[in-house]
Amino acid sequence: MAEYLAKGETPELLFWVGCAGSFDDRAKKITRSIVKILNHANVKFAVLGTEESCTGDPAKRAGNEFLFQMQAMGNITILNGYEVKKIITGCPHCYNTLKNEYPALGGNYEVIHHTEFIQQLISNGLIKIEGGSFKGKKVTFHDPCYLGRANDVYEAPRQILIDLDSQLVEMQRNRADGLCCGAGGAQMFKEAEKGNKEVNVERTEQALATNPNIIAVGCPFCNTMITDGVKHFNKEESVKVLDVAELIAQNL
Amino acid sequence: MISILIFIIFFTGGAVWFTINCRKVRRNILIGKDIDRKDNSSQRWKLMALVAMGQKKMFERPIPALLHLFLYVAFIITQIELIEIVADGVSGSHRMFASSLGGFYTFIISFIEILSILAFIGTIAFLSRRNLLKVPRLVKSELNGWPKLDANFILLGEITLICFIFMMNGADEVLYRNGWSHVSESQGSFGFAISAHLGPMIFGGMSESALHVIERIGWWGHVTMVLAFLNYLPYSKHFHILLAFPNVYFSNLLAKGKFTNLDSVTNEVKLMFDPSAVVPPSDGTPMRFGAKDVMDLTWKQLLDSYTCTECGRCTSSCPANITGKVLSPRKIMMDTRDRLVEVGKNMDVNNGTFKDDGKSLLNDYITPEELWACNTCNACVQECPVNIDPLSIIIEMRRFMVMEQSSAPAELNSMFNNIENNGAPWQFSQADRLKWAE
Repeated sequence: MAEYLAKGETPELLFWVGCAGSFDDRAKKITRSIVKILNHANVKFAVLGTEESCTGDPAKRAGNEFLFQMQAMGNITILNGYEVKKIITGCPHCYNTLKNEYPALGGNYEVIHHTEFIQQLISNGLIKIEGGSFKGKKVTFHDPCYLGRANDVYEAPRQILIDLDSQLVEMQRNRADGLCCGAGGAQMFKEAEKGNKEVNVERTEQALATNPNIIAVGCPFCNTMITDGVKHFNKEESVKVLDVAELIAQNL
Repeated sequence: MISILIFIIFFTGGAVWFTINCRKVRRNILIGKDIDRKDNSSQRWKLMALVAMGQKKMFERPIPALLHLFLYVAFIITQIELIEIVADGVSGSHRMFASSLGGFYTFIISFIEILSILAFIGTIAFLSRRNLLKVPRLVKSELNGWPKLDANFILLGEITLICFIFMMNGADEVLYRNGWSHVSESQGSFGFAISAHLGPMIFGGMSESALHVIERIGWWGHVTMVLAFLNYLPYSKHFHILLAFPNVYFSNLLAKGKFTNLDSVTNEVKLMFDPSAVVPPSDGTPMRFGAKDVMDLTWKQLLDSYTCTECGRCTSSCPANITGKVLSPRKIMMDTRDRLVEVGKNMDVNNGTFKDDGKSLLNDYITPEELWACNTCNACVQECPVNIDPLSIIIEMRRFMVMEQSSAPAELNSMFNNIENNGAPWQFSQADRLKWAE
């Protein structure tokens, strides 16, 4: 972003990479897939790079409103300084926070999740998918809570899977009824309370019941949780857990 | 004449007692903090029509929804008959509307009777689901004791009410058919859909005087049950039959992912960023961050708690609960209501002001373990057929634990530290944020 500013330009889009997308080795691959798609479609975009900081989502869900607002105010100062108008995120948690919780603190942007953005690129003809490589492959989509129930985005990621010619199969609990992967509400960062099962194992069991080749996700945290779940059932050879962006990037 | 007097005293007494209790519930709800839920009234009316009157969210689970619909419609339609009962009660007449409405009267009463049979079937099915089939969400531990008894009372009460209706109509059918009615010139069967057949079957061989007694027992039984039910409501989960409507009207209309912003925190943060920032002056009362007790919640959250009928759809969809954790969103609502009732009783004996009783919603009712098990996934909020929001209470209580007590689990404190120091929930340097591009 700073480089664009030095050149006196403003890019049409800011890609908010997020902490997982920046630091988690698995999620970095998703980040690179999103960048590949944006470049392929000739979208002029920027990232904040080292100026990006956590949106404060896990702090807010854990009840630390003070830390959340400190993070939010800091980020808003930077975003407003660059006159950012439109943001694409690679994570539903960043998406929800930027979209719904920043306006009250002075950060007003058009925020769009990467699956929505990619779906728009496809329907506008800006990226063309060579169909075929996923033909007949059974794909089930796990709805991230903060994209689905939290923001009512259910169809964009599914439309991409249909555009890929894959065979979309639904889990029994899908869309508004989808079950959490177990990471939300800051659970990602702590041990679960005492119980008789891990949430990610429960959810992966539901996904595996559809007998999929691929479990598609739209969130780096869901990706971690479901990947662990697939390993729990020793199915990592036969069932892949991939972000919707990775499926598209593989096909460009 | 004496029966008119008894009726008027009885009925007025029931109505007054109910009003007194409703005012208490209202007072209890209003100890909550204010929140604006009066905007977008047209959208709110529409939501109420769909979700509360139209039972839209109930039909996510069709079988209980259909059974519930029988009871719901029967309840509403039976109120028409209640109008006549009141009119007869105060004037000493008998079936006041029968002669003027004629065939339409037979139609209305027949309609009520058919719905009553459906409601009877529904009630029996509900009793079996609870006590014989033991549907998992209806036998969870938070329902042990009073809540289970409450549910069975309501269902048995409904069966009793239906029986009284058929005693009244059935005996009357036989009386009219035999030409024994004291109050009407024209005798002969009314032709009510159910009791024209059921009446002769059960009461056919009885004497005139026995039939008159049975008819009166049915009539008075009906009135008594209606008043008993009405006055039971404020003490019971069954209050949902009235509160569901305002509760849905005052729903949160914003995205479920949008959690409330704490303005008191915003002012502090603004001052930290810019000491010269102009913030609204505090009104002098010490602020508490988050919720420790019911008075720290909003009136809508308290209305939610009185509206909950403990159906457990929230709990059966909760990821924490179905994997064996202690959290149950239904219990969060039940605890909130039980504590509020306790606070209300405290106010009753202390001239309307709450005297500290050394207890609070946190710890005495809801434990930190329950609160920390939440995934904030909104499944409970999505599921609730009357738009109750257990998640918002969980978050307010987490806020209290973190910002007032600093009692978050150790791993979460590390996460907070990482965000504060590195701008990420993990221990990575902010300078490495672009490494994915290498």
